[in-house]
Amino acid sequence: MTQARAAAAGRREARRIPWLQGIRRQTVVGWLFVLPALLFYAAFVLQPLALTVQYSLYRWDGFGPATWVGLANYASVLREPKLLETLFNAFRLVLFFSLIPVGLGLVTASVIHRVATGRLGAISRTVLFLPQVIPLVAAGIIWGRLLSLSGLINQGLAAIGLGDVARAWLGDFDTALPAVGIIGIWVLLGFCTVLLLTGMTKIDEALFESARIDGAGWSQEFRAITVPNLRHEIGVCITVTVIAALAAFDIVYVATGGGPGNATAVPGIQIYILAFLERQVGLASALAVVLVVLVLLVILPIQRLSREDVR
Amino acid sequence: MRVARSELLAGRALLAVLITITILPFLSIFTTALYPSGSVPVGLSWPAQPQWGNFVDAFKVANMSALLASSVFIVLAVVPISLVISTMAGFAIGLLRIPGARLLLLLFVFGLTLPFEGIVTPLYFLARQIGILNTRVAIVLPLIGLFMPFAVFWMRAHFVNMPSEISEAARVDGASAWDLFWRIHVPLARAPIASLGILMSVWAWNQFLLALVLVEDPTQRTMAGALGAFQGHYATDIPLLCAGTILILLPTLLIFVLFQRQVIAALLQGSVKG
Repeated sequence: MTQARAAAAGRREARRIPWLQGIRRQTVVGWLFVLPALLFYAAFVLQPLALTVQYSLYRWDGFGPATWVGLANYASVLREPKLLETLFNAFRLVLFFSLIPVGLGLVTASVIHRVATGRLGAISRTVLFLPQVIPLVAAGIIWGRLLSLSGLINQGLAAIGLGDVARAWLGDFDTALPAVGIIGIWVLLGFCTVLLLTGMTKIDEALFESARIDGAGWSQEFRAITVPNLRHEIGVCITVTVIAALAAFDIVYVATGGGPGNATAVPGIQIYILAFLERQVGLASALAVVLVVLVLLVILPIQRLSREDVR
Repeated sequence: MRVARSELLAGRALLAVLITITILPFLSIFTTALYPSGSVPVGLSWPAQPQWGNFVDAFKVANMSALLASSVFIVLAVVPISLVISTMAGFAIGLLRIPGARLLLLLFVFGLTLPFEGIVTPLYFLARQIGILNTRVAIVLPLIGLFMPFAVFWMRAHFVNMPSEISEAARVDGASAWDLFWRIHVPLARAPIASLGILMSVWAWNQFLLALVLVEDPTQRTMAGALGAFQGHYATDIPLLCAGTILILLPTLLIFVLFQRQVIAALLQGSVKG
């Protein structure tokens, strides 16, 4: 018995050794597995990214010769109000795309978890998730209609006697940006809710039970159990929604095109206008580099914070 | 589960309000789509004579059959290639742990936060240079590249958790790395591959910026890109625009209703892992 086992072990050893010797070959084979993905990534993401940086140092109309201008394009991005304003607008959108959906999503998820465990909960999940599945362009068109002069919003306001405040919400300098923000809330609320709800089902049910036996109300339960235990999911929600705000394009392009004036111009829109309509490729690229760096700077600390307590 | 009655009511009321707010926009464009072409209907109201023919008109003027074919082509070109090459890469990085795996992973992860706007300008000039501008290939190739960070990250997360005994047993039996991958690990990875496939299909279908910049002809674009063009042409004819929007939404909504559970699960896992 022992002999047989020893013999078997010996056989295994014997086969193992040539395999160990084959490690170099294995490395080559392993890299061959990565190669196709790496090539696509390098050719269509890393290469263009490097080119964006390169373009940003030139003045170029996309056709003729390019002139080296050093960091002048970056100076313009930070100095010209028209461009700087797009960065401010992006951060104002964060309030709508990120803070409100995450905050309201937390409340909604905990409400579903507490009072609607059956049918109503399932229906809420499905319906609230709908806007997340349709193209953002469609969301922009739908809301462009709702927020127009003859749209549902004004109709509703008139019905409750507020007909005076009715206006073309996306065409008004004061309301255009918040109006775009509302489209973002509509799209992202369901995503945050369902994600947070999924996180909540992973929390030990006994925690909720004992809190309720102790007579904890909704708000106590919310603060003491729900929020602290969802740190990771909240981090994910914030990350996804902040990127959606800073890099917004589809919704804004369709709903306002950046207008009126510059009221809803975000970096994505301005990059598109500069590069493809005004033929200022260098300036567009400098703004693009600033956007890429900005997203990284905002996302990295969020990632770090939300990862720390998970384990 | 003891919850006060008043709280029960308040909670249900909140959910009812949110559900209404989510659905009303869809209802509004649906009723608008039924008004006579060229009119300017009020928000939410039922027309005296519903013009169901608007959907037929929109189908024709938007050239829907060509749009559908184009989007399906793009999805069928992008998704299978992306699945194969990202699964291979995830396998090598997560399971074979080739030298440099950590660095490779870092390189791919860096791409996760990259906004498409950051690279779309050079993509235009690259496409012009190799002569694929205004063809679907100009959308397909960059889209595969842009999916790689997420897809590789996703597949690696699967493979890194596979017990190494499986591979070692196969090694002992003399299987090559390719056999190990294709015969043993791909069948075991069916679930994450399917989720990734759903995710990338939805993202490709809904991709707008690349379509807008790289392809002028709407019938060569993705569904979302075509919708953008349709809006540009028919912005003034509100009922027709709404009818067209609904038609373009329909396939996505249908898929969502049919595969609801898988789609939600995939989208959520997608963001958590990302």
